[in-house]
Amino acid sequence: MSESRIIQVEALARVEGEGALHVRLKEGRIEELEFRIFEPPRFFEALLQGRDYREAPDITARICGICPVAYLLGASQAMESVLGLEVTPQIRALRRLIYCGEWIQSHLLHVFFLHAPDFLGYDDAIAMAQDHPDLVRQALALKATGNRLLEVIGGRAVHPVNLKVGGFYRAPDPQALEGLRGELETGLEAARELARQVARFEFPEVEQEYLCVSLHHPDEYAIAEGRIVSSEGLDIAIDQFEEHFDEAQVARSTALHGLMKGHDGPYLVGPIARYNNNFEQLSGAAQALAREVGLPRRVSNPFHSILVRMVEVCYAFEEALRLLDAYEEPEPAAVEAAVRAGRGTGCTEAPRGICYHRYDLDGDGLIGEARIVPPTSQNQRQMEADLRRVVEANLDLPDGELQWRCEQSIRNFDPCISCATHFLRLRMERG
Amino acid sequence: MKPKLAVWKFSSCDGCQLSLLDCEEELLQLAGAVQIAHFLEASRATRPGPYDLSLVEGSISTAREQAQIRWIREQSRQLVTIGACATAGGIQALRNLLDFDEVQQQVYPQPDFIDSLATATPVSDHVKVDFELRGCPIDKGQLLELINAFLNARRPNIPAWSQCQECKAAGTVCVMVSRGEPCLGPVTQAGCGNRCPAVGRGCYGCFGPAERPNAAALSRRLQELGMDPASLQRYYRLFNANAPAFREESARHE
Repeated sequence: MSESRIIQVEALARVEGEGALHVRLKEGRIEELEFRIFEPPRFFEALLQGRDYREAPDITARICGICPVAYLLGASQAMESVLGLEVTPQIRALRRLIYCGEWIQSHLLHVFFLHAPDFLGYDDAIAMAQDHPDLVRQALALKATGNRLLEVIGGRAVHPVNLKVGGFYRAPDPQALEGLRGELETGLEAARELARQVARFEFPEVEQEYLCVSLHHPDEYAIAEGRIVSSEGLDIAIDQFEEHFDEAQVARSTALHGLMKGHDGPYLVGPIARYNNNFEQLSGAAQALAREVGLPRRVSNPFHSILVRMVEVCYAFEEALRLLDAYEEPEPAAVEAAVRAGRGTGCTEAPRGICYHRYDLDGDGLIGEARIVPPTSQNQRQMEADLRRVVEANLDLPDGELQWRCEQSIRNFDPCISCATHFLRLRMERG
Repeated sequence: MKPKLAVWKFSSCDGCQLSLLDCEEELLQLAGAVQIAHFLEASRATRPGPYDLSLVEGSISTAREQAQIRWIREQSRQLVTIGACATAGGIQALRNLLDFDEVQQQVYPQPDFIDSLATATPVSDHVKVDFELRGCPIDKGQLLELINAFLNARRPNIPAWSQCQECKAAGTVCVMVSRGEPCLGPVTQAGCGNRCPAVGRGCYGCFGPAERPNAAALSRRLQELGMDPASLQRYYRLFNANAPAFREESARHE
């Protein structure tokens, strides 16, 4: 094949935010390949300067309507680390419980609304629902359960209002919380069945060696706390993140590209990274489900990310039930401490991967410098590396199909472009 | 022919579009009643205009967006903004109050790469808007009411009264009267579903100014409760900082 081929997607669909894809091939070789983000920047770090530390959770939540809990909690933890605040085990458990709700709703949105249509050959979930009504209805019902967890604990599904530095404004109504048990129990079974259905999708065969970066906690599958680890042995406290990770600005993107210092290649955050790093911390049932749906102990096919998400959904249902069984009302609902100056960091596992926060406070509790590193900007280089692999493996596909395969490959990452796009203070790399 | 619905995104967090996907069961019913002709977050299929109803999320913050919103207006019989960004500029409109060159230089080494305006502005600053749905995020019940109303050529039943009325209707104890907790409820439009006061927290104004708000009176009360001018100024400067009533009141405390 000697002619040039151009695969171009000007506005990528079924992702959160605005991105584009451009691939130029000549004589069967990739001449140019870029995943471009053109979501307008919103300058959050600059807007935070001079704001009261208590405002940061609600302000940063507006970075992303899909994963606001990641911002509410990451910012809260960072402020708590400045103030030297230790939340009670009850508050900690309730935070993990609401985070289960976010994982459930965000993962199910992505798996069935944004990603499954690629596997089954539909433009969208609504078209898919005509042929697979039960699949879509079931997924919608489970997603609604995730939202109800957010509503009962957080007071609202999108941009919850009940979370704050130190804990919660008010402990959730115990009856409303207990009222979720039934749907969580049936939801867990239904989620397992959906995972089995997803396992019957056809998965393109691509192998990719990933440098996996995630939180790790010895006693539980890390969601809201832990140390930052990599599959190559990195093991650091959250406040050491910037000693090991950096970001570079590239012309084609309004989001920054994540880099691991002293490492040339990309790294991966998100479900596959968590699963590969923390499989041992999954429950026995979740491990068994992973085996049943055909996942290897170490996932290296990016198209399996959809299955890993389903395993995490099932785990989140199970974990929500466990937390509900062990629930003790936090009293008080929030802990407090006097304001003091300092620097604090926080990091949690957003559905798409680790989301890092760092803030400086002055003695009045006003924010100076702020830095937020969301998961999608960390994954950008890996997304391009995967695309390259996918294009190379599928050169024989006609343009339309190759384009769709590329889109599907980008969606493997569940990119949240709204999150990725905001400017951070950075060290410039000039080449 | 089913009416054609389009959903558009500008500078925003995607949360208001997500509220449409969160309609869950009603979403499938809606998909039966309209043709979803453009909704990139949900579908890779796009159909050409004109569109009977365009829902617009996000504020206008780049030259590209300025051009695109005009084109969308031309293509749309009715255009409705959804959420605080599209209706008032959103949180990113805080930059309208800052020296934008400084903001850019401070946080960004090569601003040349970026097509960004000095301001983030509501859609109504650029084109005619047929209705504005408030909220950060919008309420999905209000969204369904709005779509239903437009499909049936009637005015949506969306009250412009204050959050206080919502507290009264829900039987929520007033956080300001009972505990002296600052609350923007008296000047904020109802419709969120009484979220913050229901968890014992003062309203933070995410639905924007109510009809004829008496912000000066509220500010006096907040000062009596001990709020200093800098905090008072910040208080009105969140997700609806650029809405005229909040903008003017915050400016009085500069």
